[in-house]
Amino acid sequence: MRPALTRLAAIAALLPAVAWAEPLAVDLGKSEIAFVSTQMGVPVDGKFKKFAAQVEFDAKKPETAKVRLDVTIASIDAGSDEANGEVVGKNWLSAAKFPQATFVSSAVKGLGGNRYEVTGQMTIKGKTLPITTPFTLRAQGASQVFEGTFVMKRNEFGIGEGPWADPETVANEIKVRFRLVANPAK
Amino acid sequence: MFETRRTRYHGVAIALHWLIALAIAANFALGLYMTELPLSAGPIKLKLYSYHKWAGVTIFALVLLRIVWRATHRPPDMPPGMALWERTAAGVAHIVLYGLTLAVPLTGWLFSSAKGFQTVYFGVLPIPDLLSKDALLADLLHGAHENLNWLLAAVVLLHVAAALKHHLISRDDVLSRMLPLVRPRN
Repeated sequence: MRPALTRLAAIAALLPAVAWAEPLAVDLGKSEIAFVSTQMGVPVDGKFKKFAAQVEFDAKKPETAKVRLDVTIASIDAGSDEANGEVVGKNWLSAAKFPQATFVSSAVKGLGGNRYEVTGQMTIKGKTLPITTPFTLRAQGASQVFEGTFVMKRNEFGIGEGPWADPETVANEIKVRFRLVANPAK
Repeated sequence: MFETRRTRYHGVAIALHWLIALAIAANFALGLYMTELPLSAGPIKLKLYSYHKWAGVTIFALVLLRIVWRATHRPPDMPPGMALWERTAAGVAHIVLYGLTLAVPLTGWLFSSAKGFQTVYFGVLPIPDLLSKDALLADLLHGAHENLNWLLAAVVLLHVAAALKHHLISRDDVLSRMLPLVRPRN
């Protein structure tokens, strides 16, 4: 083994001890970032088909957990083809200018049992605001499932501007549901 | 007290007939207009779709009411001198009209469900979805809703033509007995 590689291997061996927690292998195929908008009183399901998730979580030390989500705005399914064409436009999510939405956690705390709470910065359409949401953790086979729901106000991020700002047609509250499935480390 | 055989439709039957006729004509025009509107036009499109669905539900309920009324109240007899084929044609056309005025709102409701949009009457009363979201089924139901509408339009034209023929050519009271505030000719 060449000396450089030997040194790398030595550093790698030390990493788990240095890092806060082991990054989990998030199974994006089973994970989901979905939302429900309300249009004229009608709940309409939507979701983002493409996103990346980095999760570090140790149930024994939840306060050391870290989460980062990177959501590809253009992958939105807002409920219909026509809506998908509209919501990537500048009145809504302005996907060309702001192709990603992100969430970066700043603190995680245990609420007792399998319930936790994460606080972090959510950036959508170039605007960053703090959010806090509860979530649960449960085992599903050998996998861990993190799930939670929170309500955001679209006008705080400028989602739906101009004629769409009217909350009578599309409600200001958007219910966001997330589900991250982490496979066991191999 | 015995009532002599009616020569006119009852006021309730007349009111339901014209109310439903006007509502269907208006909702038919609204349907043609709203589908051509781009979503970029703003919330107006979502509003019109909801109004169209609420109107459809209302028409469906009025047609049911009308069928109940018709089943429990004998309509005036057809004028003497009508050939058997004319009586049969009139009878069949009326049954087809009742059927279509029920089938059009029904397919609209099913189409909306298959598209993933529940119908919420006046934005407050959710009407259960019989179907869940299914793009292929939605396309089929879209076609059915549209074609049944054009069929209804054709039968309505026939119905109007027949009424005018009775009034202008046969000079009987088939039309006037369904008109409000008109005395039958003798």
